[in-house]
Amino acid sequence: MKVVVCVKQIPDPADPGALDPETRTLKRDVKLILDESDSYGVEMALQLVDAAGEGEVILVSMAPNGERSGLATALAMGAASAILISDPELVGSDALTTAKLLATAVKDQGADLIIAGSESSDGYTGVVPEQIAGVLDLPSVTAAKSIEVDGSSIKVQRQTDGGYDDVTCPLPAVVSVTAGVVEPRYPSFKGIMAAKNKPVEEKSAADLGFDASQVGWAGAGQEIIEVTDAPKRQAGEVIEDDGEAFTKIVAYLENMKVI
Amino acid sequence: MQGMEISSRNLEAMSEPLRPKQENPRDFLDTDGLLAEDEVMLRDTVRRYVGDKILPYVGEWFDSGEFPHKEVSKAVGDLGLLGMHLDGYGCAGSSAMMYGLACMELEAGDSGLRSFVSVQGSLAMFPIWAYGSEEHKQEWLPAMAAGDAIGCFGLTEPDSGSDPSSMRTNAKQDPGGDWVLNGAKMWITNGSIADVAVVWARTDDGIRGFVVPTDTPGFSAPKIERKVSLRASVTSELIMEDVRLPSEAVLPGVASMRGPLSCLNEARFGIAFGATGAARACYEAALDYANSREQFGGPISRFQLTQQRLVDMMIQVQRGTLVAYHLGRLKDAGTLGPAQVSFGKKDNVAMSLRVAREARGLLGANGITTEYPVIRHMNNLESVYTYEGTNEIHTLMMGQALTGHAAFS
Repeated sequence: MKVVVCVKQIPDPADPGALDPETRTLKRDVKLILDESDSYGVEMALQLVDAAGEGEVILVSMAPNGERSGLATALAMGAASAILISDPELVGSDALTTAKLLATAVKDQGADLIIAGSESSDGYTGVVPEQIAGVLDLPSVTAAKSIEVDGSSIKVQRQTDGGYDDVTCPLPAVVSVTAGVVEPRYPSFKGIMAAKNKPVEEKSAADLGFDASQVGWAGAGQEIIEVTDAPKRQAGEVIEDDGEAFTKIVAYLENMKVI
Repeated sequence: MQGMEISSRNLEAMSEPLRPKQENPRDFLDTDGLLAEDEVMLRDTVRRYVGDKILPYVGEWFDSGEFPHKEVSKAVGDLGLLGMHLDGYGCAGSSAMMYGLACMELEAGDSGLRSFVSVQGSLAMFPIWAYGSEEHKQEWLPAMAAGDAIGCFGLTEPDSGSDPSSMRTNAKQDPGGDWVLNGAKMWITNGSIADVAVVWARTDDGIRGFVVPTDTPGFSAPKIERKVSLRASVTSELIMEDVRLPSEAVLPGVASMRGPLSCLNEARFGIAFGATGAARACYEAALDYANSREQFGGPISRFQLTQQRLVDMMIQVQRGTLVAYHLGRLKDAGTLGPAQVSFGKKDNVAMSLRVAREARGLLGANGITTEYPVIRHMNNLESVYTYEGTNEIHTLMMGQALTGHAAFS
């Protein structure tokens, strides 16, 4: 069982840095870490390979500045190797370009299954997994809370507002995983030491067959034209308690149809 | 004059590229910069484990005097922290520095947690690893590294603390070759939960260590109750009444006080790091509290007296961290002497106790509840101050190293 997990390295949310006023995108020249929302996908992939009794987990990531520390975390958790798409030309790439690059790197791996987090914790576009499936012309299952391999297909429980859907899908497929559905393992000491010797193959845009005009700012089909602060919360309605305030509160809640 | 002008211009020109980054209140001197990438990763992993699995619950464990040893043992075993600085037999084979960093993060959670890991790795596994037979190693080390078996270390006795060579516990070999062990040990961490005890006893050939499965008839380990310190840790008495052991139960590799003292040296090294972790936790709790607690119309961190306290705490914690890291590098270089370990144990524990008390004061009335970590650390550190060589014994070990005179023999 060969599972590719697409992971993103993001600025530490505890120390998130700032937006670049020129590009209106997040500055990423700081130390990057593994996006926590991707750790669920890594854990799920490791569990699937464990359950299959054979195979490996391969990471695919893209970072313009060659950052590897987030990959090191996922390798220390147990992934076997990683492909890092790294090229200064990639700065400014939009979601679709990212998906095309990731898909191209994934294509050669012969994966049975491709897993990605539903959305990153910095950009939150939430479309890359489906775009990868589109580029590769593979079935796409979103918002998985569990995956079970059954021969050449998978059974997926898809998180919905009211519960979950049972979905069956042939392999290979792209599955996006909802954050919080499994408990990601802590990298063990042995895992941390082993990670140092695990292969990380770096590829440029050109290695993947893209020229400079197709990636980065040049290739981006979307542009962020304005960033504004979230509107301040409006002052709520104040009800003075003259002894009858509860009737007003009950009326208010009835009006909201919550009671 | 002219020279001065030139130099000030030069300074101005240099100030742009050399502008330092803003000081981090939680690592003022950027001591993280002294660590390698894998050391930071291990440290951060242990910190995350402690944050997720220990800190939300340890206040309650302390209140109720309980320690969920089965879960914790398995979890720290999975992390690879048990006997991590030993090689082979399922042990991780880490550097001393990494062992120290793990101790620092564990004790930032609770001294009881660090004690559990110290005792398992440095006091129970280390003598088996260093002095045990191949059979001892095969039987115990992999299970202990995985956290499936728990060990304890029996040296201190009710009437034999700082002077362990006055111990009364004795082992006699009968004509058939069996050893018969009699005596009592006191203040034994993990005693009541241990599967195996490494017990030091007087024999005709000097002080020997024995590997004692705790289900051996005649062995019992009642828990010591009514502690107000290290409450999230099991402390016990070991009672041995005609405990009959096969001849191969003795550790073959050592027959003197060098055996137990070498184990203590390992554990003390970890304490120099661990206590600093507890101090850091107290300082950070005080910093957070000072920034959020409002009196006289604003946070108390704007008062000069509060800032003085915070700065004093920060300086002490950073100094202790530097000392610990330096000892770690010396130990990995193979040059760390026992009196240098005493420097770290004595000074970093005394430092951490001062910081804990200062933080307790800063938190006011809130500082006396286990809602906040400070008084728990403060009470725990009273034990740490005494165990693994009292503050006084470490002073005298360094005194001997300075003067050549042993003041305690």
